[in-house]
Amino acid sequence: MTAEALRAPADPYRPGPQTTAMDAPSQVTGHGAGGPAPKRIIVGYGFWIFLLSDVIMFSSLFAAYAVLFKNTAGGPAAQQLFDLRNTAAETACLLGSTFTCAMASLAVGERSQKWTQLALLATGLLGLAFISLELREFTSLVARGAGPTRSAFLSSFFTLVGCHGAHVTAGLLWLGTMMAQFYAKGFRENIRHRFLCFSLFWHALDIIWVAIFSLVYLVGTLPSELLP
Amino acid sequence: MLGKLTWQAIPLGQPIPFAAGAFVVFGMCAVLIWVTAKGYVPYLWREWITSVDHKRIGIMYCLLASVMLLRGFSDALMMRSQQALAFHAAGYLPPEHYDQIFSAHGMIMIFFVAMPFVIGLMNFAVPLQLGVRDVAFPTLNAVSFWLTAAGALLVNLSLVIGEFARTGWLPYPPLSELTYSPGVGVDYYLWALQISGVGTLMAGINMVTTILKMRAPGMSYMRMPVFCWTSLASSLLIVAAFPILTATLGMLLLDRYVGFHFFTNEAGGNAMMFMNLIWAWGHPEVYILVLPAFGVFSEVVSTFSGKPLFGYRSMVMATMAICILSFSVWLHHFFTMGAGADVNGFFGIASMLIAIPTGVKIYNWLFTMYGGRVRFSSPMLWAVGFMVTFVIGGMTGVLLAVPPADFVLHNSLFLVAHFHNVIIGGVLFGAFAGYSYWFPKAFGFTLDERLGKAAFWCWFLGFYVAFVPLYVVGLEGMTRRMQHYDRPEWYPWLLVAGLGALIILCGIALQIAQLTISIRSRERRREPTGDPWDGRNLEWATASPPPVFNFAVLPIIADEESYWGIKQRAREQMRLVTPEPQYQPIEMPRNSPVGFITAFFAVITGFCLIWHIWWLVVLGLICAYITFVVFAWRDDSEFVIPAEEVARIDRANREARAEYLREFGR
Amino acid sequence: MTTEHEFDAGSNVGEDRAVGAESAAAERTLGKEFRAYALGLALAVALTAASFWVRGTHLVYGPSLAVALLVLAVAQMGIHLIYFLHITTDPDNTNNVLALAFGVLIVCLIVFGSLWVMEHLNHNMVPTDELMRMQR
Repeated sequence: MTAEALRAPADPYRPGPQTTAMDAPSQVTGHGAGGPAPKRIIVGYGFWIFLLSDVIMFSSLFAAYAVLFKNTAGGPAAQQLFDLRNTAAETACLLGSTFTCAMASLAVGERSQKWTQLALLATGLLGLAFISLELREFTSLVARGAGPTRSAFLSSFFTLVGCHGAHVTAGLLWLGTMMAQFYAKGFRENIRHRFLCFSLFWHALDIIWVAIFSLVYLVGTLPSELLP
Repeated sequence: MLGKLTWQAIPLGQPIPFAAGAFVVFGMCAVLIWVTAKGYVPYLWREWITSVDHKRIGIMYCLLASVMLLRGFSDALMMRSQQALAFHAAGYLPPEHYDQIFSAHGMIMIFFVAMPFVIGLMNFAVPLQLGVRDVAFPTLNAVSFWLTAAGALLVNLSLVIGEFARTGWLPYPPLSELTYSPGVGVDYYLWALQISGVGTLMAGINMVTTILKMRAPGMSYMRMPVFCWTSLASSLLIVAAFPILTATLGMLLLDRYVGFHFFTNEAGGNAMMFMNLIWAWGHPEVYILVLPAFGVFSEVVSTFSGKPLFGYRSMVMATMAICILSFSVWLHHFFTMGAGADVNGFFGIASMLIAIPTGVKIYNWLFTMYGGRVRFSSPMLWAVGFMVTFVIGGMTGVLLAVPPADFVLHNSLFLVAHFHNVIIGGVLFGAFAGYSYWFPKAFGFTLDERLGKAAFWCWFLGFYVAFVPLYVVGLEGMTRRMQHYDRPEWYPWLLVAGLGALIILCGIALQIAQLTISIRSRERRREPTGDPWDGRNLEWATASPPPVFNFAVLPIIADEESYWGIKQRAREQMRLVTPEPQYQPIEMPRNSPVGFITAFFAVITGFCLIWHIWWLVVLGLICAYITFVVFAWRDDSEFVIPAEEVARIDRANREARAEYLREFGR
Repeated sequence: MTTEHEFDAGSNVGEDRAVGAESAAAERTLGKEFRAYALGLALAVALTAASFWVRGTHLVYGPSLAVALLVLAVAQMGIHLIYFLHITTDPDNTNNVLALAFGVLIVCLIVFGSLWVMEHLNHNMVPTDELMRMQR
């Protein structure tokens, strides 16, 4: 199909054979009245909706965190517990991995197996670094008697940040599978669609991390008279 | 090795759960043996269990819902009979059983009857109405269904192994915390919902993507049938609300399993936050249930009045308004928890506002009927029954939305009567209307009309006889969930309510009879054209049952109700007016066992989490991951239907319709 | 329809453009894409550094520090959305933007609604440990 045919709007009364395959190209842009959209758009949009639902789940955890922030049950509070240099390191790792993931998208676009695997490997290593820093932080908190069972505040902190970490871990598992799939099956269309979903997921996790490091670590450790 | 699981878990010493469990186990074994002996297993595996066809999945959802309706209704019969007997007496259900029964009743009815029914109808009808071949993600659709079935299985397992929650259908802490509910009941509840919740969320995502990105050419937003609009709104609500449920139940699970302190009495937990979050899900949930029912009624009322729906634009606006507003009223479920007058006032006013778009819809349906030639077939009876019943229920809802009134009536039987009024009158009547309306489309033969109408009247009458006394007794001060009582003024009303439940039982028996008799006589009930009700939308343009690809060629939509326009022209000319299309081969997605297998491992993992069999949990999760990877590795995801096959199937339907048109002329 | 050699621009979120069909495809080169991502990274790094810096110094008026951090966070989320998730105001992107707006609305309702409600509930509620002592 030529570019012109793809761009021409559909004439409802046009003669000739109509499209029958499931992933016929969209004839008309904008209001979706040109027939079913191409597979890539459908997959991308469906995953975007899933990501929004995940963001809403995180917002429930954020709400719980905000409500329980002051319930330290006589135990340690945010100010005493969080090391902002660690947070900065974690942020750098995750931001870097977002960039390398974007580089992987470019590599996939160029159909370069070597650069795809390298960029994905870099993404994975940075993600792994993030997880190790986070695990180290968690274990040190537990060792200091500030584990999640100490108080409601700590329960909600560990759940919120831990849930994000669990998503990153699941993402690393997915990343490994993607690397194997690209290696085994090349740049087939449905593998590229899955990679599109993975990169959306990875970028969204970084967006959630922005909220976490800003609100939980930076705002949360402000002296109490400056807290909203 | 086996965690907390011991032989004590089977209720050998308790007659009622033992009898009920034995009945269910025996029934299930009998069905499985019969199916295997008759040799149906390969057919069922190939055509239904591994199917990714939205029509089959929709039917399976509705079947699951119907079976679970029987379970939920048995619980209701037990509750009504207990309350009818327990005046100055102990009744026959000890408190610890009665508590499990009302908890199971509510949970099953909402999550495993109403939700599957509504999702099943959406699954079946939306792609047909949009003029496309399937939903956006067919295999994910199958996974969604099987995960829901997995949750239902876990709840039913609690009858036979262990116990169920005693907390009511929403497990409020601190009662649901480990300190006060140390048994496995709450865990059954939580894992069943977390598993089926994933399925529901996926179904919502699937439906949103389908409606927004996959429609027949020419079908702009304002040409979609209203059922598709309400399905869109409901699916958007699923996507927005179910994550809140997942997070909140997850927090309760963390409290119970790992000793966290979200909702505990110690260490700073805040039980009120559970109520806040769970109702932030809970209120949108009831709109998730009722919006597709509203959509069904729009379809039914316009079809059986022989007129296009009145006020299409205002219907769409009202639907989307309800969708957005449903997120601003949740506090009306806990006015009495003490948020104060400002907060209560805001949410009270918002709750009253949300009645306005619903009122717009009612007026639109009434104006659709006005001036039309109304045929009172059974779907239309359900619709009219709905209009009367739901309006009354809605009015009691607006009454309860006034905080001072709610302070008197919160958690009384008045509240119970209100929500049954709107759920039965709205959701269940809508489900039954959809079921009667689309049954001939799904199976190719009609249901017995006389039995259907009799069933309607029993349900309608039975509903009022069962629930109006509850309004009265609620105003007289009776609280919900009472295992026994001693006020003589309540007694006669509860007896009448028990009678109402028996009348509804007759309705259900008539529905079962209708189904079995119709299946037995299906050959003479065959409907060859595919359009038994003189329908207006695209699903009636297909054969009954539609072929796997739905449409041989995707229809090009030129205006609203395009099928109706084509049909009218065809009737005038007494012949088919659409030319025979140039048939092309069609690619369809392959069936896949991944849904069933995932659900299998989900049940194992859920069961082992409940009983603390940790090693098997890990194994189950690993197997689930392996299933996922094996599925992701397949190379062959579609199969091709050759053009000749498409032509043969389509020509048969065209011939049947041409025959009808020739007869029509005479 | 996608072909083997058409330029696949990576993680464009479900845009309604048919893949490779728009005239933009001709202008979309590897170099341009890379520079866009690099700009996104640079802006994100700048905003992150600004957040940490603002938090560490006293240059921002104390009571508005929390708001400043919130604004920087929202700005960075916007940078991510635009540069990495390719959310634009193209008419073909309308569905994506609407979905995002819906999500943001729900998030605000849940977070601010819960905070408002819980604040009032907590104000009127006896503290739990005092309540538990009353039970004994």
